Amino acid sequence: MASTTFKAIYDDDDVLMHAVKKIRAEKYHIEEVYTPFPVHGLDKAMGLPHTRLAITAFMYGCLGLTVSIVMMNYIMIEDWPQDIGGKPSFSYLENMPAFVPIMFELTVFFAAHLMVITFYLRSRMWPFKEAENPDVRTTDDHFLVEVEVGNDEEALKQLLLETGAVEVHVPKKK
Amino acid sequence: MYTFSNNLKIGSFIAMAVGLICLATGFLTAPSTVEEAKAMVAPHGDDHGHGEHAGEGGGHSTAVFDGDNEVHASGDEHAEGHGASHDEHLLHQLQNRPWAALYVAAFFFFMIALGVLAFYAIQRAAQAGWSPLLFRVMEGITAYLVPGGIIVFVILLLSVLHMNHMFVWMDADTVANDALLQGKKGYLDPTFFLIRALVFLGGWIFYREYSRRLSLAQDDSDNNSNFVKNFRWSAAFLVFYLVTESMMSWDWIMSLDPHWFSTLFGWYVFASMFVSGITTIAIVTVYLKSKGYLTEVNDSHIHDLAKFMFGISIFWTYLWFAQFMLIWYANIPEEVTYYVARFQDYKLPFFGMLAMNFIFPLLVLMNSDYKRINWFVIMTGIVVLFGHYLDIFNMVMPATVGDQWSLGVPEIGGILFFGGLFTFWVFTALSKAPLQPKRNPFLEESRQFHY
Repeated sequence: MASTTFKAIYDDDDVLMHAVKKIRAEKYHIEEVYTPFPVHGLDKAMGLPHTRLAITAFMYGCLGLTVSIVMMNYIMIEDWPQDIGGKPSFSYLENMPAFVPIMFELTVFFAAHLMVITFYLRSRMWPFKEAENPDVRTTDDHFLVEVEVGNDEEALKQLLLETGAVEVHVPKKK
Repeated sequence: MYTFSNNLKIGSFIAMAVGLICLATGFLTAPSTVEEAKAMVAPHGDDHGHGEHAGEGGGHSTAVFDGDNEVHASGDEHAEGHGASHDEHLLHQLQNRPWAALYVAAFFFFMIALGVLAFYAIQRAAQAGWSPLLFRVMEGITAYLVPGGIIVFVILLLSVLHMNHMFVWMDADTVANDALLQGKKGYLDPTFFLIRALVFLGGWIFYREYSRRLSLAQDDSDNNSNFVKNFRWSAAFLVFYLVTESMMSWDWIMSLDPHWFSTLFGWYVFASMFVSGITTIAIVTVYLKSKGYLTEVNDSHIHDLAKFMFGISIFWTYLWFAQFMLIWYANIPEEVTYYVARFQDYKLPFFGMLAMNFIFPLLVLMNSDYKRINWFVIMTGIVVLFGHYLDIFNMVMPATVGDQWSLGVPEIGGILFFGGLFTFWVFTALSKAPLQPKRNPFLEESRQFHY
């Protein structure tokens, strides 16, 4: 069932934080919150699970490290052996210090770029994507909370107004 | 108010007593004549790789990197007097061993207090909001600056008085035969050296005592004037500290290898003392929390300290590698000897230190949740502290005892004695003032601190 939601609009992040806590305490399910800027602690108040982005960053970093090692070994040792710093040993391990900056840079490069790309994809954002936010004011100075409607619509509306919502949008009945 | 627990007090006394006995054993068993020194090395030759190198190049390849022999190598009588000078060099190395063990441990624990002082001054100068709850812990640790500084100074004074052979440039005959040391004579002058040490120690101890007084006065004050004064003095201290810490590292450590120099050595020593200091703050804080003190300090404070431990460990590695890579790449003989000596004779402490100071904290402290587990931070902290002891070990030992190093009785004695003294002094200082500041303007922010 595609759930219908109430859209409550707030104009202050402190009020929003208290509202979110109260709505959750009353056992309503919050679908999504749209804010113009990151609100500190909102993820915890909403009860969102901890992000797993850090784990992907670690894996991407390991991938970057591996790529750099394989790449430098191929370029500098195997394909066209280089005399590094007057020490022509042609061994990866003995020339390793020279490759450390590249190993470091590619680790960071892979971790950072792939993490950002993962974040965008996970947030379902890509070029030419239509914006999903329901009210354009959430990109300026308003905060919007989507709450799933339970059995009693009137009670929810009252609750939202009590928490300090400046507007509550009730979906049209079909 | 914190009361120094009896168990900890007795423990620190036992550590000091055992350490003292071990150190005394080290001094008593050191050889006093060349014959004794040769007899000591003969059966143990293979243990330290001395024998195998002697086979390759008559002992020359290793000996050339140590202070004394470097000097002989550049003198004229090198060829004929080699055998005798080598034996005398061996005697000096063996005589240096208890001194070096004493010096490494004395400097290491002194450096912890100094690193904490720098961290404390940064918190003060930045008017940090998260840390005021930890100020008394930091002030307790920096109390060790006074006895620690005096002990290090006395060791340096005894070196100037030729009680040991750790600093080869203090020997007038050596300087007379060495063109490079003659060039550095103006700076590496024993009297000037001691005056510098006094200026450094005087400045640091003055700031510590004055800032502590202001910090205590702020508790009973009805305005913020003490706080503002502390802020100004801390900013001024940081300028003084950055210059003097760097010079201190040249004087007290880099001059052990007087031919060698590294331009970022001051930063490198700083990184080591900074991470050791922050680790000690975390360990002491967690210990006090486990005893029911510092109730307002929450996991987020520990988390932040652990983040610093992680970050500064990486910073240390960065500096270590920056120093190493340029020298390795350029491969200039007079520079590269420093690392050749460590690669040949110090494989285990040298690479062990890298694993303990870089790979271990990198992997273990990377996870955000682990930084909030108190016992986990303590366990990691102990490894990091031992790693940085080894760092100082690797800075001092190759120049003073060469390939005759070991982590034996005098070294462990040094750690025990100074560890005991450090614990005793720090916890005595902690018991002298309430563990929570009362009127710091940022106190409420620190109390509410959460991640």
